[in-house]
Amino acid sequence: MTYIAIIFTAIFTQNFVLQKFLGICPFLGVSKKKDTAVGMSAAVIFVMVLAAAVCYPINKYLLVANGFEYLQTLVFILVIAALVQFVEIAMKKYMKPLYNALGIYLPLITTNCAVLGVVTLNVQNNYNFAMSVVNALGSGLGYMLAMIMFAGIRERMEGNDIPKFWNGLPIVLVAASLLTCTFLGFTGVIDNMFPGAMS
Amino acid sequence: MHAVIIAVVIVAITGLILGIVLSVASVVMKVPVDETAVEIEENLAGANCGACGYSGCSGYASALSKGDCTDTTLCAPGGADTAKAIASILGVSGGELRPMTAFVACHGGKEECDTTMNYHGDMSCKTAAQLYSGGKACSFGCLGLGDCENACPYDSIHVNENGVAEVNAETCRACKICVNTCPQGIIEMVPLYHQEAVVYCSNHDKGAATRKECKVGCIGCMKCQKTCTHDAIKVTNFCAHVDQDKCVGCGDCIAGCPTKCLQLDTFGKIIVKDGAAEAKVQAAS
Repeated sequence: MTYIAIIFTAIFTQNFVLQKFLGICPFLGVSKKKDTAVGMSAAVIFVMVLAAAVCYPINKYLLVANGFEYLQTLVFILVIAALVQFVEIAMKKYMKPLYNALGIYLPLITTNCAVLGVVTLNVQNNYNFAMSVVNALGSGLGYMLAMIMFAGIRERMEGNDIPKFWNGLPIVLVAASLLTCTFLGFTGVIDNMFPGAMS
Repeated sequence: MHAVIIAVVIVAITGLILGIVLSVASVVMKVPVDETAVEIEENLAGANCGACGYSGCSGYASALSKGDCTDTTLCAPGGADTAKAIASILGVSGGELRPMTAFVACHGGKEECDTTMNYHGDMSCKTAAQLYSGGKACSFGCLGLGDCENACPYDSIHVNENGVAEVNAETCRACKICVNTCPQGIIEMVPLYHQEAVVYCSNHDKGAATRKECKVGCIGCMKCQKTCTHDAIKVTNFCAHVDQDKCVGCGDCIAGCPTKCLQLDTFGKIIVKDGAAEAKVQAAS
């Protein structure tokens, strides 16, 4: 039950893009078309889950065990960056189709705040290994939901007659804030759905 | 001071270990770079236009070097020179490049085609096409708001005074961007330096309906199809279409066309890029 609650929380009430405002850069940059949005989100899910799985033991057995919690941010960034680079090299060699699908997006999210955010949140919430991975998966799915919805909105906006001073980023930011408002409606829903699960 | 040194040492050691792992990985798992593909890519036009049907120039180059694709003539912006260069890199005899140009299959402008409403919306064909197929009586024709004009990277397509887009075949590089941009889907590719019959209409309404909408639309009377001795013209859904591979440019079909939407054209007759094309043009004239 806790795992389902974590997933739903990560997707809806604590959506990374629309509630926590993390990963805004790729959210605005790569959401022009639905297929690029899907590719980017797939890469985010992939890297988030991987980063959560790798950073958990590093945090527990290297940092916490020796009392270096204050180095978490620094070490996580290093590890995530190296990890993504390593995965990219390995994918190019052994998983060519996956590399072709995700390749161009991987370097973009190497040091993205959303990826670092999910790892830091896992530590803050004292999640165990399985919970960390599930939280990362949920966060990634939430990111994908936001990206695809927003890409759909932007595709519809493209053909419209937008006043010149609104055109481009201004209207996109307004649309993003309206989408955020709609997600505020989910607040409290999870607490009522899974009473006690998140406490 | 002590804590600072420990922090620095820990991060430095972590970084060092990760760095070593990465460098070992990049050596062990090295993917050999295809040098032929790199060489081919350098010879391509570099516009990443996608006219070849691959994802950009590098996609086409790697397909060629791997042998997935054997046609060396697909790079339209590069033209004949590029095709020759690729063929020499690959050591094959290059196929003959058939220079192409974009062609707008509509000539029913303000003069010929009725207007059903005054369109005051966004000056974009894409938007207009969503609103009852634009302001023209004919729902298939050129909307004349210039989406293709804005999309063309070579400034080769313009909406003329009559409100219909027209291609300048001399500067058109056949990148097909306008073909994909046009919401009406009425821009097609036809051979350059080749006398051929072309249908200046894309209207698929029945003959009587077309007559009401536009003076110069194809009414699907089948006269051209019956006249053609080369089996090059087919009328489907009340609109004629010429198969440019079969058309020899004899012009037999032209005289019979009641609305004059079928015409004989030699696109790009002024500029001659290579000897073969020149010979073709001379033979045709």
